Amino acid sequence: MHFDFKKNYRIDVRLIKRGSQAFWYGLLLLALLLVPAVLPKYFVAQMTFILIYSVIGTGLIVLTGVTGLVSLGHAAFVAVGAYAQAILMARGVPLLVSLALSAALAAMLGLVVGLPALRLRGLYLAIATLSFGFIVEILLAHWESMTGGNSGLSVPTPTLWDVAVTGALFYYLCLVVLVLCLLVVLNVLRSPTGRALRAIRDSEVSAQSMGVNLALLKTFSFVLSAALAGLGGALYAHVITYLSPEQFGLNLSIELLMMVVIGGVVWLQGAVLGAVFVIALPQAIAVIKDYLPAVIEQQTGLQPIVFGLVILFFVLVEPTGLYGRWIKVRTYLELFPLCPGSVFVRERHFLRTERLK
Amino acid sequence: MQIVISGLAVGCVYGLIALGFVLIYKATETVNFAQGELMMIGAYFAYTMAELWHWPFLPSVVVAVLGTALVGAAIERVLLRPIEGEPTIAVIMVTLAIGMIARGVASALPGWGTDTHHLHVPYQGGLVDLFQARLSMEHIVIVCSTAGLCLALFYFFRAAKLGLAMRAVSQNQLAAYYIGIPVSGTNARVWALSGGIAAVAGILMAPITFVHINMGSVGVMAIPAAVIGGFGSIPGAVAGGLILGLCESVAGLYLPEGFKDPAPHVLVLLVLMIKPSGLFADQVRKKV
Repeated sequence: MHFDFKKNYRIDVRLIKRGSQAFWYGLLLLALLLVPAVLPKYFVAQMTFILIYSVIGTGLIVLTGVTGLVSLGHAAFVAVGAYAQAILMARGVPLLVSLALSAALAAMLGLVVGLPALRLRGLYLAIATLSFGFIVEILLAHWESMTGGNSGLSVPTPTLWDVAVTGALFYYLCLVVLVLCLLVVLNVLRSPTGRALRAIRDSEVSAQSMGVNLALLKTFSFVLSAALAGLGGALYAHVITYLSPEQFGLNLSIELLMMVVIGGVVWLQGAVLGAVFVIALPQAIAVIKDYLPAVIEQQTGLQPIVFGLVILFFVLVEPTGLYGRWIKVRTYLELFPLCPGSVFVRERHFLRTERLK
Repeated sequence: MQIVISGLAVGCVYGLIALGFVLIYKATETVNFAQGELMMIGAYFAYTMAELWHWPFLPSVVVAVLGTALVGAAIERVLLRPIEGEPTIAVIMVTLAIGMIARGVASALPGWGTDTHHLHVPYQGGLVDLFQARLSMEHIVIVCSTAGLCLALFYFFRAAKLGLAMRAVSQNQLAAYYIGIPVSGTNARVWALSGGIAAVAGILMAPITFVHINMGSVGVMAIPAAVIGGFGSIPGAVAGGLILGLCESVAGLYLPEGFKDPAPHVLVLLVLMIKPSGLFADQVRKKV
């Protein structure tokens, strides 16, 4: 059990709240640094996937969890980042520059989508982004001179100062990128901008009446989110090494949303936990399949069913996701014999109509 | 003329699915992203009875429509009622998850599977010459039954007690509750109605696209129709569907290859940018 004595206002916005926090996150970072030295190659590859998904998820959390805007077209930003990276690398642009350029290109696209989205809310925005996702997917399939169309596009091996960045080195690159992204987003979220974004999520009308510039901040949220998705996409391109438009369809958008919902949509930790879950679940299904009777084992539909049930479970039973559950467990343990059952009773929500009352 | 009729026929199916979207949106302010999967379920029900159990065509259609309506009502009761009032993303995720599960289960069931099936309909392959154009019977049946269904729905919402109750609930839930309409039960019936409509759409679509587990992707294509018509307007949904169908077939004819598929989505973005409430909506600005 710990107590926060607030002696000045800066305590509220400190990046590291307590010494113990610094210790545990430091330990985690150390463990992550040791991964390529200890674990076999296959796990390093899977860890790289997790890191990349976390980068994308971080952006999605800024947009969905913090600002409250739902995007069903995030795969499009990932796709733009991935294709930009592949094309730029093929033209001989250095790795770090092309990473930055890919992110910038996705951000610009985010700006273009974000501007009309300002007038839209809730479901309409989800539908607009859905349409946008389709348009980008179709565009990628038909712009054959640039993207190779449906036959695909291969991604060159990344090199940094004439050293091929693959395997463990690429893992470190992703780790550095993720840590930098998390730091940027954390700093944004503890600034007045971040508080304004949360205010928009809770009530646009009251945020506006407190002087929050809705248009500017919603666009900012969109651009930041798109940039992170683009950056993640650029890294993703190198892992899958071969791009084709149908990889970036609606299913990827749904998978990304699912990831943040499962991880815990309000916390940045949720992006990482969700990424771990989304990468680990198919592997777990593949392992469990061997022990199941043959009738179930041969079903191709097993994975979507399991994913669907997992989403249903999290939305209906644990809407705060894995990280929310962890906070509850931690609080229970800290208060151990004294934790009253009513601490985490779910608030009853009522329908907030968007129509005229 | 042929192009127009086939565009209209596709548009009718879009319109029917969009009608399901709009009914549910008006009643509960949620979008059912599994509408396309409901349509697939309806088509599979009809296929099971007509082809696997060798029932006559009409009874199997009726039972399929009723069965899908039941599925719709069950989804509302079990999965959506508990999350009433949660943020948008919760509802979106739940309906998307329902779609995924429906597809997974359909591919796993014996007799359904991942193959493409053929639903034989009595009017198959017929051709009619009308105004110097050769029209296929399937398209004519689609257009006629959609028109009939719309007329029936029009009278249902005009005169039937349940229809009036649904309209009242969609206008103001609290007021409807005060005058004694069971709001939750009405919502479940709205889901049932839109499930039934989806089943009709699925069965009408079956002779053209066949029955397979990815039929539901038409549902995603019908969302633009609902948006173009304005999410709050029932005639708007059908009109939106027709516009979309025509737009698609005309774009396929006159524009170069590759413009047909994105055309509806570009149209949606334009509508949302210029007039977010849709072409036929009667929404009033929110007041505080």
